[in-house]
Amino acid sequence: MSLIHFQILSAAMFSIGLYGVLARRNALLVLLSIEIMLNAVNINLVAFSSYAESAQEVGQIIAIFIITVAAAEVGLAMAIILRLFRDRSSVDLDDIDLMKW
Amino acid sequence: MSLAGIVFYILAVISISMVGVLVLITTNYDLSLAETVFYILAAISLVGALGVVATRNVIYASFLLLTSLMGVASIYLLLLAEFLALVQILIYGGAVIIVILFFIMLTRVHEVKSITDNSQKPFAFITSLLVFGLLLAGILNSNIEVGERSSVPFTELGTSLFTQWAVPFEVASLVLLIALIGAIVIARPKEDE
Repeated sequence: MSLIHFQILSAAMFSIGLYGVLARRNALLVLLSIEIMLNAVNINLVAFSSYAESAQEVGQIIAIFIITVAAAEVGLAMAIILRLFRDRSSVDLDDIDLMKW
Repeated sequence: MSLAGIVFYILAVISISMVGVLVLITTNYDLSLAETVFYILAAISLVGALGVVATRNVIYASFLLLTSLMGVASIYLLLLAEFLALVQILIYGGAVIIVILFFIMLTRVHEVKSITDNSQKPFAFITSLLVFGLLLAGILNSNIEVGERSSVPFTELGTSLFTQWAVPFEVASLVLLIALIGAIVIARPKEDE
């Protein structure tokens, strides 16, 4: 088992998340796909930090920051989707064209 | 026999049979134990992720996401990053999935009949496949000199986080605070409602 295994796993998860973000219309499902992409990035960071020979803790610390930002993003996105659902009773991203010109 | 006893025996049988399956795969396919565990965990993570992008039910999607994220936490354990595995389980299992499930419960978003996939589906499929091919080509063509897997002591992680990374750490706490206040302000009903 080498670094390449983890890198390929990370690339596969990232692509799956990207497909979800591009192909979904439901705002909640897009959010879940973004979580998958963030986790794929984290796998890559932790794998490199684990196999590195010096400054090992840096990869893990950046992964912790990514998890923090992901948690903040989920809270904020949930509030925005909740607001949209109350105002328009829809979470369909194709219906939200308020800022389209 | 009490219920707890029955549950204990079932769990014991399942664990022993799982160890048997592990040993069987390891000996049959000439893999090391760590590799077998890695392939099983990778399969769990990828199947969970595929389920999230394939299912039409948001509740199934959130539980599949939980499966996938717990698989990722186990991958962290395999990479000897125990602290991150703990953080992953606490934050994703304990906070993010709970928030999403509460959201589904409060909004009844699953009762809204809507098409979950948009018309860009084939383009999205091709794009993600291309990105995967690009990443794979980059990974296979790079030759990075790496050592062996090794763990970082908790003390070293903590020392680095509170000395070298102290300012980003404080900024991260501010980001969380602002996000929470913003979430409350956005989700609160307006005065005249």
